[in-house]
Amino acid sequence: MGKIAGYRRPAPGTQPNYLHPAYVSSIKRAPSQPLVYLPHTITEITGPVFDRNIVDVKAFDLTKQHSGEPVGERIVVSGRVADDDGRPVRDTLLEIWQANAAGRYLHKRDQHDAPLDPNFSGSGHTMTDSEGRYRFVTIRPGAYPWGNHHNAWRPAHIHFSLFGPAFATRLITQMYFPGDPLMPFDPIFNSTADETSRTRLISQFDWDTTIPVHALGFRFDIVLGGREATPMEHK
Amino acid sequence: MSPPPTASQTVGPFFVIGCAWQDRNEIAPAGVSDERVTIKGRVYDGDGKPVSDALIEIWQANSQGKYAHPEDTQNKSIDPAFQGFGRIPTDDEGKFRFTTIKPGPAPGPDGKAQAPHLAVSVFARGLLKRLVSRIYFPDESANSADYALNLVDKGRRETLIAKKTSTLGTLEWNVILQGNGETVFFDV
Repeated sequence: MGKIAGYRRPAPGTQPNYLHPAYVSSIKRAPSQPLVYLPHTITEITGPVFDRNIVDVKAFDLTKQHSGEPVGERIVVSGRVADDDGRPVRDTLLEIWQANAAGRYLHKRDQHDAPLDPNFSGSGHTMTDSEGRYRFVTIRPGAYPWGNHHNAWRPAHIHFSLFGPAFATRLITQMYFPGDPLMPFDPIFNSTADETSRTRLISQFDWDTTIPVHALGFRFDIVLGGREATPMEHK
Repeated sequence: MSPPPTASQTVGPFFVIGCAWQDRNEIAPAGVSDERVTIKGRVYDGDGKPVSDALIEIWQANSQGKYAHPEDTQNKSIDPAFQGFGRIPTDDEGKFRFTTIKPGPAPGPDGKAQAPHLAVSVFARGLLKRLVSRIYFPDESANSADYALNLVDKGRRETLIAKKTSTLGTLEWNVILQGNGETVFFDV
């Protein structure tokens, strides 16, 4: 195989720690032992490749998956996936899931006393194009209460899952909305120490992708780890 | 230079909504010849309670030790039916189970092949970012010289090696997120 280059590791503070006591569920699930540093081998620099033909071309539009229109504010969520050298991450699978406009997930364990919407499932996927761009049409999710602490409410968010080019680049994150008053109180949003990194989880209102008389646009760019410059010997 | 990688956030309890369409507990579909192995296990938290909202993902090479990825340029054959990706959510009792084929030896650093292994991602409510581990196979002589296993304290290596069960062809590998017998997780 000759030499292979690994993927760069994130700078301290730019990713959450496993243990973040304000997020109560992390207390019994965070590992107590330090992680074992693993220089990347061929296992980590490769990763699942998804064929474009698995993508349902209608899955990018979460407002058109049922016979009627879902209730709520229609939005367009779009952006670019790039590595931290600014290179586009092409042909990579993105999966999203979210609550409906009332803040209720279509899931048996969601006990929030808010209505389900027969016209909204909250699930979508797409693949980035040759410039790393993606686009979803959906409705703005509602905030919802949860049991983390007294009167705890999650700010409105959309879950994003991305693969990138390698096992090492796998990412699951959440996108937030600008101006949401719940963000300062949310332990999940606040789990990343670095303020700049935290702020980049907030999408930006975007005139360019706003569709006149139809839907507001929000832009959410995503960055995955880039490549190390120095390859290591690997036979 | 772009900003650093986007921060991870927890997968939350409701990931099935967005991820179930790619659930896969048969990693080697019909048509892939090679002997099947079933791996079953449970995910436990620091109180020993099962974790019923975890998602396990598997990444592995084929029986030749070749990954279905453009950067694996080994001169070995690829089976078009074998992608090497698995995705299994835990059930109400924290259990997961999948069937695959044992991968061959993939190349490793220092010119030595790696012992057969599966790469594992663990996502769950309460995990703000994924945990990465590996599953190795019992009675595998290559384990003693494996690059990644040798990075781990001897006393904890066994957490990475699946155990034989009373059923031939079924192995057991559990994930202990925290505490006594805690699974080894890697920083990748």
